This record gives sequence, structure tokens and C-alpha cells, in this order.
Amino acid sequence: MNTYYYDHCASSPMPQTVIDTMSELMKLHYANPSSLHKSGVDAMRLVDRARASVAERMGAKPQEVLFTSGGTESNNLAIKGLLGKTTRSAKHAIVSSVEHASVYECAKQLEAEGAIELTVLPVDSAGKVDPKDVAAAIRKETAIVSVMHVNNETGAIQPIEEIARIVRKHPHVRFHVDGVQAIGKVPLNWSGSGVDLYTGSAHKFGGPKGIGFLLAKEGIELAPLLSGGNQENGMRSGTLNVPAIVAMSQALRLSMEKMDARRETMYALRRRLLELVADIPELLVNGVSAVDAAMETAPHVVNLSYPGMRPEVIIHMLEREGIYVSTQSACSSKSLKPSRVLMAMGHNADRSSGSIRISFGDEHGMRDIEVLGAKLRSVAAGLKPLERTGK
Amino acid sequence: MNYELVLVRFGEIVIKGRNRNRFETMLLTQIRMALKPFEKLEFVRSYARVYIRLNGESYDRVAERLKDIFGIMSFSPVIGSELELEKIRENSLQLIRNLSVPPKTFKVSVNRGWKQYPHNSIEMNHLVGSHILRNTPDLKVDVRRPDVELKVDIQKDSAYIYCEVVKGAGGFPLGMNGKAMLLLSGGIDSPVAGWMAMRKGLRIEAVHFHSYPFTSEQAKDKVVALARRLAYYGGKIKLHLVPFTEVQTKLAQSGHDSLIITLMRRSMLRIAERLAGQNDALAVVTGDSLGQVASQTLGSMNVIGRAGSLPLLRPLVMMDKQDIIDCSERIGTYDTSILPYEDCCTLFVPKSPAINPNLNIVERAEAIMGAELERLIDEAVQGTEVVVLKDGGADVEASDRERQEDAWF
Repeated sequence: MNTYYYDHCASSPMPQTVIDTMSELMKLHYANPSSLHKSGVDAMRLVDRARASVAERMGAKPQEVLFTSGGTESNNLAIKGLLGKTTRSAKHAIVSSVEHASVYECAKQLEAEGAIELTVLPVDSAGKVDPKDVAAAIRKETAIVSVMHVNNETGAIQPIEEIARIVRKHPHVRFHVDGVQAIGKVPLNWSGSGVDLYTGSAHKFGGPKGIGFLLAKEGIELAPLLSGGNQENGMRSGTLNVPAIVAMSQALRLSMEKMDARRETMYALRRRLLELVADIPELLVNGVSAVDAAMETAPHVVNLSYPGMRPEVIIHMLEREGIYVSTQSACSSKSLKPSRVLMAMGHNADRSSGSIRISFGDEHGMRDIEVLGAKLRSVAAGLKPLERTGK
Repeated sequence: MNYELVLVRFGEIVIKGRNRNRFETMLLTQIRMALKPFEKLEFVRSYARVYIRLNGESYDRVAERLKDIFGIMSFSPVIGSELELEKIRENSLQLIRNLSVPPKTFKVSVNRGWKQYPHNSIEMNHLVGSHILRNTPDLKVDVRRPDVELKVDIQKDSAYIYCEVVKGAGGFPLGMNGKAMLLLSGGIDSPVAGWMAMRKGLRIEAVHFHSYPFTSEQAKDKVVALARRLAYYGGKIKLHLVPFTEVQTKLAQSGHDSLIITLMRRSMLRIAERLAGQNDALAVVTGDSLGQVASQTLGSMNVIGRAGSLPLLRPLVMMDKQDIIDCSERIGTYDTSILPYEDCCTLFVPKSPAINPNLNIVERAEAIMGAELERLIDEAVQGTEVVVLKDGGADVEASDRERQEDAWF
């Protein structure tokens, strides 16, 4: 049976060249890049080159790139690190209600500890933050605003440029953007964006797991989460993961080179999938459902609900057909709670609990989408008589 | 603003009499070389100046590069205008309005190069000036000391209008005054001294003394990076890497702890002069600044300088440290200079170096080492590695390595 992997938002396959690069580096450059001898110096040179390459692809300066273990760490470092360097006694943070758990829970934790006051911004039915709400929420104690670039469950693009313009009017506020789902799919103009901190994670764009980066505008100081050998200008201790860093830089280049073509293909796939889903009455589209919505939504995500049906039933039915999709986001798919993101968009518990997320990769073509549409239809038809028991 | 031309004015070379033509050609060649990446540029030479036709290239980027070319006194971005009076007036007004610092006073100077133009230059001064005055409420005319002077040059095909004058790097075209060896450590001062020497028209070859394994590979990389930055100003730089370990350890065993820096500097000077002889250089440039450290007191300079016979040029000798630092930031060497790797001078530093070394004792100490020291100096000269560095380019060995690694990036 053919299998179809539609869970690229959770993690993406690594191209063979990236796997080769990583294994060659593991074999040849095992030295610690902080060592003084030639082998260490060579390893550090590769790290520097990777840093310059990541910077170039992101439109940043090399000194603005900080390597971390991935998206979760970058998000925590941005928020906790920035608040840790804020000297005011009263601190306030603003996050959207649809942030990834590594931003949302991070902020909630700080609030619960009494370290900050927190404003959680609402979203509209398409899952978007209204920049006016950001403007209204900013206070004189506000240290950070964190709004993601692309939502990991629905693919909605947040108006980060507009929010950045608002934040820029308040010099004491820094703007963090979780770009994990956007890189390679939605363009970013880092240097002109007004964004202060931007999170990236390698395994979402064909790199290895356990590595990511945080872009931080020059002059921003972050309190480290980890104490240790003061690597990365003291902001992120821990031996630099040379093979993963270089593999990430290569994966990023490969991904960025294909971004324009990818966007075109994927928006076409998305359009076709929405057309097919429109004929399946049991399935509702969450988030931006307009067929042409390049400014509103990322090209690679479609979020559907079968209200009242437990999503894992659908997941397992599709899996029997060789199709892999996620419920909500992969991280929270084991909990049976309704999706926080869909609830924030104003959907009821029934619809919010029954969501499945389909996310494509470069290997998919129109024929795959036709197969997917047919399987969705047959699974939905098969489940129809079970609606009551499935609940 | 959409600039059409850049007017580049030459500096001191204009006064150099019969050699002027040769020097101007030299400078023009250097301007062309430096602006090579901008393929569409055209160059038109005129008396003591050159016009660069931009043909769509970015003025800002061309200006960025022009600022660092020695021998250029100043340059001006120029807009072209159709010849109708209304067009000239409108374009002049736009130019004044687009200045980053709005002037309070101005004057107009029209030059009618094409004598068939219906208005003469005095009429034109008035016609253009009055239009600007009428349309710019806070601006006044001042013919003696205006904040800006708007110049209009009327030619047969077009009128050229400019008012901004950007200061150039000044100095002489590179190589006009011959060649010198630069003692390049890895510190803040010596790259600045090199830049100043180049600015005065000296072509530079850099000499670096390394004491591997007492110094690290990174210390050498740092010097390579500094020399490469100098190559941005000088086109390319030959870097002589002198293995100094043997000489240094020999001197360290001489038993004259407080004189070791003096002895080292004298040996360095001897080696540099030998290299100067091999490379037809007529002077040695150092980053010495009076009183900065023990080896740069007047007493030390006297005893060290006597080891050599070529002119010792010390561009920084009367400068304050902060001014030197400011300059190194401006020329883009500071960030590299402050990297933490030790160069050979900072090792073997005695607790209390002599600030007033005694020439007799120094000469006697050297005489005792005699032929042995001479032999080590010979070996150091013979063992000197030469790398040629280009701006932005990597040295050959490094680029080979990088090519092999390209597959990973």
C-alpha cells in the first residue's frame, strides 16, 4: 500500500543530501568547536559558515543568529530571556490566544509564578489577531509582544508587519515572532520587518530535529536559560551541535531556493483539496476557507473538523488507508481536550475537539491530493453510521 | 533622487606639476578597479576631475565605495535635466527639497558651457534662484557664505545640476609615493598606520611575526583578516608571515629580562629591512605611538630605531589612543583587532620592561649572541611565507578547503 505523509507541520523528512552532510560531519568534525586545537578551530569555522549562511537566507546579519535546540527553546529563550533582562519590577507581556504551547504555556507559567502580568489577545473566526488589540493592550510596563507568523494548526498568517509598526511606536516593547511554520512557506523581510526576535526550527524545513535558531536584533540581550560554558555570546550555553547546525543551514538553503515554486504548487494543492472537501458535508474547514487566500494563510496547511467525531477515530481510519495526518498539533494530539486554537476562533467544543490537520510537503502533487480527497470521502461515509457511537 | 552622474574631484595631485597627468591616470585606473562590480558605469575624464555616468547603477552604493578611494578630494551626485528653463527650475527645486539636512541659505551658480543657450548665466542665476525662493518658505539667499551652493552646468545635450559635496578619503593615489613594509601585529594601531600610509600614496606590504606554538593559528587568521581589510583599500596586499619563534626564544635566554622587548623589536626591524630589500620597499611603517607602551618611549624608539637604516615612518606617533581607536572603527579594522588572540609581542613580556633601554648594554647583548642570532634571523627571513590577499577573497589554501566543504552548505 502506498503511504501518504500529510503531517509536515509536525515534522518533515530530510533530503538525502542533508542526511549525508550530517553523517559526514559526524564522522569528520566530531571536535568541540570551542576547543583551541586545529580540529576545534575547523569545527568552529564550519559553525561560522553555517551561521553566515542561515543569516543570508533569512536576510539577517550573522551576529543576529543564535543557535538553539529548536523551536521550543527559541520561544522560551525569547520570552524568558527578554523578561529576565528587564529591570523594571512590574512586567507585562502580550501573547495571542493561538500561540504554540511553547509560547503560550511559557507565558502562562511566568504569570502563574507571579513574574509577569499577561494579556492574551483574542482572534477572529479566521484565527487572526487584530493589530488594534495589540495597540490597546500595550502599557508602559509591557516588555514583550509575541505573535506567531503562521499558526501551526490552521495555517493562518498573522499581520506581523502591522503589529511591528505598532510595537515600534513603543521603544520599550520588543516584538517576538514564532516563525516555525512560516520558514520556507511564507516570506519574511527580517531587516525591514520591525521584528526583534524570530524563532526557527530545522526539522520543519527538512533539517534534523534538536536544532533551531533564534534571530535577535543586534543589541538585544537575553538572560540565558541554561548556565554553563557561555557559548553563543553567553546567551545559550552548551556544546555547539556542529553536524546539526551545518545540516540545518543546508536544509534552509535548499528550502529557501524552492520557496517561490513551492508556494505556487502548494496553493494549487490547497485550492484543490478545499474543492474536494466542499463536497463532503461531514467535514468543515477551520480557519481561512477562501480558495484564493495567499495573504491570509500559509500554503501547506488545511484544518478540518468532523464535529462530534473523536479525531483519533478519523486518524486511525485514514491510517488504515495509508494516510498520515494529525489531530490539532502533533504536540497536543494525545490530549483529548478541545483545541485551544479553534476554541479561540469561536468554535464550539464539538467542532474544536474533532479537528484534523493536513499539511503537505514538496513530495506531494495533484494526484496525491485527489487520492486524499477520495479517502477522506470514503472515511467520512464509513463513519457516518457510527456518528453516535463515535462520540 | 535619481542621479545620473557622479562628479569626482581629485585632491592634492592637482598641484603636482608635470607629473599630474601620470598621477591622474593612476587614480582613474584605481577608481575603475574599485568600481569594477558596477558594470554599467562609464567614465569621462576632465581637468582634475572625472565624471562617472551611472547608467542606472545605484548612486548610494557607488558613493559608499568612492569614499574609500585615496586621492579623491570630494564628489557630488549630479542630476541631469532637460534644457527647457521650466525643467531646470523644477529639477533644481526638487534637488534642494531632497537634501537630508534642509539648508537655511543658498546661492545659485549657473555655468553656461553651451553659449547658444538663450539666457546667460547671470540671468539664469536669477531665474533659477527666484523659483526656489518662491517655493521654499524658510530659505534665504546668501551669496557670501551659503549653506548650499546649487550648481547648474548647461551643456548642449543636457543641464547638470548638483549641490551636495561629499568629502572623499583625500590623500594621494595609491602607489604614487612608492612602497613600504608595514609591521602588522594584530592590534588596533598597526592597521591604522597601514591605512594612513596607503592614504599618503604608499603601496604597502605587510610583515607579521608569529611564534607558533606560543601563538595560536587564530592569531595568524586575525592578521590575515586585517590584511584583507587593508586590501579593500589597496587592491591587494602581500602579507609576509615570519616565523619568529627561534629568534624570540634565543632572545628570551639572553639573560636581559627587562630588555627583551627592545631586543625583539630590533630583530624584527632587521628582518623587515631584509624583506624590504627583497621587495624594493624604501621605508618601514609601524604603529608606534609616543609613550603608549614601554617600547614606544622616546628612549626605546631611539635604541630600536638604530637597528635599521631605512626611514621609519610612524603615522600614529603623535596621536591619542582614542583617536586611533576611532580611526580603526572608521576603517573597519577595530572589531578584528580586539579579538582576544595573543600576538608574539604580548608573550615573553617581562614584569618591568625597560622604558629607557641602554644602547650599550643592548648592543653588547646582541654581540654576545653574535653569529648565532644572525643565523636565526637569516632562517626567519628564508622561512617567511608569503600570501597575497585580495579584498573579500580568501587565500588560496582556505578557498581550497572551502571548496571541498561547499557540498555541505
